[in-house]
Amino acid sequence: MNTVGLANQIVQGILIGGLYALFASGLSISVGVMRFVNIAHGDLIVLVSFLLLALTASLHLPLPLAIAVALPIAFVGGYILQRYLFQRVLGKGILQIVLVTFGLSIIVENFLQGTFGADTERISGGGIETATLALPGGIGIGVLPLMIFVAAVVLIFALDRLLYTTQVGAHIRAVSDDVDAANLVGLSSPRIYAIAMGIVGVTVCISAAFMSVWQNFDPTSGPDRLLTAFEAVVLGGLGSLWGTLLGGIILGVAQAIGAQIDVSWQLLAGHLVFLVIFLIRPQGLFPRY
Amino acid sequence: MSEPLLAVEGLTVVYGQFRALHGVDLHVDAGEIVSVIGANGAGKSSLLKAIVGYAHRAGGTIRLDGTDLRGRSTAQIVKAGIALVPEGRRLFPSLTVEENLAIGRSVGRAGEVTLQTVFDTFPMLAEKRRQPARELSGGQQQMVALGRALLANPRLLLCDEISLGLAPVIVNTLYEIIPTLAHRGIGLLIVEQDISRSLAVADRFYCLLEGSVTLTGRPAEVPRETVTRHYFGL
Amino acid sequence: MRSTRSTPRSVLIGRGILLLGAVLLLAAPWITDANGLQVAADLLTMFVLAVMWNLLAGYADIVSIGQQAFVGIGAYAFFGFGVLGGVNPFLAILLAGLTTLVAAIPSMAIVFRLRAAYLSVGTWVLAEVAMLGAGKLEAFGAGLGSSLPVSFAEYFGDTPAARSLSAYWFALGLAIVAFVATYLLMRSPTGIGLTAMRDDEEATATAGVNVMRARIICFLWTAPFLGLAGALITLQRLRVAPDLSFSIVDWTVYVIFIVVIGGVGSFEGPIIGTLVFFFIREYLQSWGVWHFIVLGAVSIGVILIEPRGLWGLLRRVIPDDLIPVSHRPPRGTDALP
Repeated sequence: MNTVGLANQIVQGILIGGLYALFASGLSISVGVMRFVNIAHGDLIVLVSFLLLALTASLHLPLPLAIAVALPIAFVGGYILQRYLFQRVLGKGILQIVLVTFGLSIIVENFLQGTFGADTERISGGGIETATLALPGGIGIGVLPLMIFVAAVVLIFALDRLLYTTQVGAHIRAVSDDVDAANLVGLSSPRIYAIAMGIVGVTVCISAAFMSVWQNFDPTSGPDRLLTAFEAVVLGGLGSLWGTLLGGIILGVAQAIGAQIDVSWQLLAGHLVFLVIFLIRPQGLFPRY
Repeated sequence: MSEPLLAVEGLTVVYGQFRALHGVDLHVDAGEIVSVIGANGAGKSSLLKAIVGYAHRAGGTIRLDGTDLRGRSTAQIVKAGIALVPEGRRLFPSLTVEENLAIGRSVGRAGEVTLQTVFDTFPMLAEKRRQPARELSGGQQQMVALGRALLANPRLLLCDEISLGLAPVIVNTLYEIIPTLAHRGIGLLIVEQDISRSLAVADRFYCLLEGSVTLTGRPAEVPRETVTRHYFGL
Repeated sequence: MRSTRSTPRSVLIGRGILLLGAVLLLAAPWITDANGLQVAADLLTMFVLAVMWNLLAGYADIVSIGQQAFVGIGAYAFFGFGVLGGVNPFLAILLAGLTTLVAAIPSMAIVFRLRAAYLSVGTWVLAEVAMLGAGKLEAFGAGLGSSLPVSFAEYFGDTPAARSLSAYWFALGLAIVAFVATYLLMRSPTGIGLTAMRDDEEATATAGVNVMRARIICFLWTAPFLGLAGALITLQRLRVAPDLSFSIVDWTVYVIFIVVIGGVGSFEGPIIGTLVFFFIREYLQSWGVWHFIVLGAVSIGVILIEPRGLWGLLRRVIPDDLIPVSHRPPRGTDALP
């Protein structure tokens, strides 16, 4: 293992951290705003991936068009899920919300398996998956990972702007500060939560778009995505979007180094790094709560 | 006899096994300042929360300008013209002064009150407009809370213990504004534990004890000892 | 104070049914064949898992989706001590329980620093780490696992039928001990604090530190039982493997569904839930993945409509608990807004 090879892997790990940050951005919003962890989050990413697969493979839509079609569907899906399912169990104790999201996770996984079968899938990106860019120092990076990283930064920046410069964003921050006060003064917290979840749906769709081209996926891929997203959110600090990006990068680098030791260490390395950092600093790197 | 701005009849509010209000009757006319006084636990906050649609109403009617508010959500009631200054201010701590005020604007009706109006009324808030609300003093927060409610351009303003925990000088400033609001035709329902302060500004008052109205009248016409007696239930 | 009215008839009938069930279980080896004993042993194993999950989620406010970690650790410890270490197999069983308890202690450092739903996912992370870690152990066959050597299995009986019988007695014994011991725990001062909290949330604010201690006790309490269940499962399946011993579907998903459907937060719930599980196995298995979808949908429906599950529905007509755990009359469903 030479230094250029290692450097290559670490750079790759940083860029993949962008993908993990994409997964985690949606979770970060639902954790920060509605104070709950959607256990079905990873499965929803996989669900949208299969939707994109169906649009591209069966309807033969080009991928960008498929994404454009899926985005509003994902927004509406998130809105409806929050408004008519999650809203009914919010504030009723953790047992209810964990059970509902866990039940949803099982339903989605098995629905996908029943509908699409258990095979691993991948969406063709028309060559972008293998394109590389040469950097000085002999380091080569994949074009797609670079795009993913840039997309993550852009998305987090956009979410930040949405939250801090728009009226919708102010409403979202208000209900996340004090939902009872918000209701008392005339904000409709169920509606605002639903909009926030719609935004989460959009991030899920973007995550799915990139994931389905870069990685293999199958109906049971959801839990791994959830655990990664969860670890990125906790590492970064609950409520901090930029912290989530940093959390994702840490996981990506940990996995890259683990994979260098042996491929079977990849996942374990990420989890172990998470546990160690969590024990040292449980509130995360940039906690808001 | 014209319809009062707010007409509450037989209002009963229940939390589980606990009855907070029993059959309360009261009314507020436009441009009138009405005080509700009572000790802790008398049901004052439940009354205001019920009017704004936030507490579970087990019985009775609440009418705004003759329209029954039954079944309406708080958001709808605020849009219809009732705004609440909640007990304990309840600002959004991480939002700036300006953002807190803007929320009032976004949930309310169109009207003449603007951000600038609020800053003219409370000049010290203008300097702090971009500071997060959590950095303000209690008195300044109360001004923001009041401003937030006013920006909804309400026809009826509900004030829940706005003097609580504040220095008398600040409370004076706040109470100077109350009559000017009444002059503009807004009805005010003010809940206070401080008897002198609220009776000094009120046109009429109600005394609540353990969820029921025990006394009502005009401050000038009711002897102080009578009020005190009913306040404490003696 | 104990009520002086006589016990209602429906409660007596219910208790009679429970007693009958217990008698049937004790008489099973004479009533049914080796196949039947296998099914019964599986049910009893599920029951133990259900009682433990219910203790954590229904009483201690710990919604675990990682209890498969302890099951797997118990399985691997049993294999490690008994097969690799050459320890007496019955001793190996006890050591499996002990090892799991020891493993539970450091995991609390993670679990109890997370709140609410984050705690749940945290338990899942730990389970993943345990499973991946087990897959690295060459002595246990790494990713593919290892079978129990015949010579080892023969300690529990010379013939498959005899081993089936041993496994059944093990399962029944474990189930009885787990149930009775957990019941006694809930009647102890520790448990009373928790049921009081479950019945009346205002008590939580004042109880403070004691509640934390009670939750820790419950978490550690479940570990050895789950580990023993892991040893039992290894005996029944005759192998250890990461995907088997640490299976989230078998040792957590099913368990959660049956406890929720049966009724979380009561002692009757896991009993009803295990019976539901029996019917699911017999009649729904052939539906393939769709039976999971039905289970998931029913569970969500239960949570939304009657959070206390099937037992909650029965409780609307039966005036008292069959297995009384709280000392106060049960609360109605109204609550402060």
